Amino acid sequence: MIFQGKQKIWSDYQKDIPDDHYFYVRSCIRQNFFPASEQTFLDIVHNRLGKDFYETPHHTTCGGIAYHGEAIPQETVMTIIARQFALMTESGYENYVCSCITSFGLYTETMDDWRNFPELEAKIREDLWKACRREFKVPKYLAHASDVIYKFRNEIAERAKFRLVNKETGEPLRVVEHIGCHYSKMFPSKGIGGAEYPYVLAGMIESWGGEVIDYPERRHCCGFGFRQYLVKANRGYSISNTYKKFESMEPYKPDMIITNCPGCPFFMDRWQYVIAEQTGKTYGENGYGIPVFTYEEVAGLVLGYNPWDLGLQIHQVAVEPLLDKIGIPYDKADKYKGKNGKLLRVPEYPMNIKCC
Amino acid sequence: MGILYQKLTQDYRIKEGLKACINCGTCTAICPAAEFYKYNPKTIVNIVQSQDDDQIEELLKGEQIWYCGECMSCVTRCPRKNAPGLVIMALRSLSIDMGYFVESEKGRQQLPLTRAMCGNILNYGYCVYPRTYKYEDHPESGPVGKWIGENLDAVHERLGSNLDGKGPGVLRKIPQESLDELKAIFDVTGATRRMKVVEEASKRKAEEMGLSMEEYEKRAFNVTGTQHLNHKI
Repeated sequence: MIFQGKQKIWSDYQKDIPDDHYFYVRSCIRQNFFPASEQTFLDIVHNRLGKDFYETPHHTTCGGIAYHGEAIPQETVMTIIARQFALMTESGYENYVCSCITSFGLYTETMDDWRNFPELEAKIREDLWKACRREFKVPKYLAHASDVIYKFRNEIAERAKFRLVNKETGEPLRVVEHIGCHYSKMFPSKGIGGAEYPYVLAGMIESWGGEVIDYPERRHCCGFGFRQYLVKANRGYSISNTYKKFESMEPYKPDMIITNCPGCPFFMDRWQYVIAEQTGKTYGENGYGIPVFTYEEVAGLVLGYNPWDLGLQIHQVAVEPLLDKIGIPYDKADKYKGKNGKLLRVPEYPMNIKCC
Repeated sequence: MGILYQKLTQDYRIKEGLKACINCGTCTAICPAAEFYKYNPKTIVNIVQSQDDDQIEELLKGEQIWYCGECMSCVTRCPRKNAPGLVIMALRSLSIDMGYFVESEKGRQQLPLTRAMCGNILNYGYCVYPRTYKYEDHPESGPVGKWIGENLDAVHERLGSNLDGKGPGVLRKIPQESLDELKAIFDVTGATRRMKVVEEASKRKAEEMGLSMEEYEKRAFNVTGTQHLNHKI
């Protein structure tokens, strides 16, 4: 009965996701912390699925992190967004897809504000013309990049070389899904599955063979909090929220975590290291942490990409125990090599959390 | 209706985010910040709703409005479809515009934040840029973070980035004409003015505190008192 109830709620929050022809904009955080994830996304949609995703070098930050750090006013961030829309319009696209969850939330909020307050949209159009001599059409369709992978999750499953299954036991891996707050907490109808039962990552996990874990703090923020992380003095806020989530999920023994926000996987990965160094506590098996992945990384693993091409060596929590559990091959010797094959030394070994 | 309240009502985030609040406290119950800090979004929304300028001024000069993480969990839960997170954003903007932000320890963090974020946007076209994201400021990024910093170009090359390169791609060099457009947007829409307000108010406050601007910025970025916290440490 409960399952039926959830299914009913979820059915209210489905959205159309266009099949093809997107204007693609990158994420500041993802480019810094998970650069290979955006490369993987584009490789999948271009070369595996044969889709048209266009990127112009002239697009910039949307300004979202600065806006949520109060460094720039709302009028500024809306005009930067309007410039991005102008680039889309000039390139001949109507479908807009962004890599960042903060951006996705801001685009959604901006378009909603413009609908509710047409005079605000008129003011932003005037500002953009004054500053850049550009005009724009509002996108016909706005997607987050995880919506696109969700849409093609079954096509990816058909091409899969590996499944999210324990190769020894044949049991599905136990997977925590973490949705970035600004994906659907502000506008539930704009996210697949809404805010309470988001299905965007759960759908991928199920298609690729894993089992989704439900746990009490599933919807709790990772703790980024913009200024609460960006300012060193505030980072106690950030780690405390991550700690709360891990304490809540620990009894459910997750094998891995998958996220759709660029920041969350970084914080949930690095704060596990700090918690271990400060308290000695680790959340994975045998003194390891629980590996945290972007959805692009998981799609890449399922499709058989080399884990080091996916950038898994720049995680702090070791991924090798999970790769072994699934049966994904990797060359240990290549982990810390540069493009030229030369070893770039090896990172120091942490005190408490086990690494490979 | 006081002047401060009137200014707040001109902010679209108040127009969007505050209809009559029933003060049920659901926002406080769900709020990650309210668990960590001495913070209560319900009280803040109630003060704004009271239209009492004295209390609003106290908020704008105080610590509480800076505790929110803007996760917007409150928006999902509010039975009246209010957005306390958006109310906070409007209060923060007004606190900066009025120069009140320097009166609180957490508000004074606006100087390092504005310098870092606006510097990255205007110089590079990104909010976060790897050559200004230093391990020294981010020891939590761990030994792997330190290793990335020491091998930045080689790591990005290995992972297919186009760091500071021409054309599209991860962390490409944003063309100068696009950076010029961002600067023009800053000038037209008030970001340049906000940067000036933050610098000038911070300078005044630093003098009042007997600190150089460098000392003031360092203290704002690094130091926090324990009086903000809900739990004793």
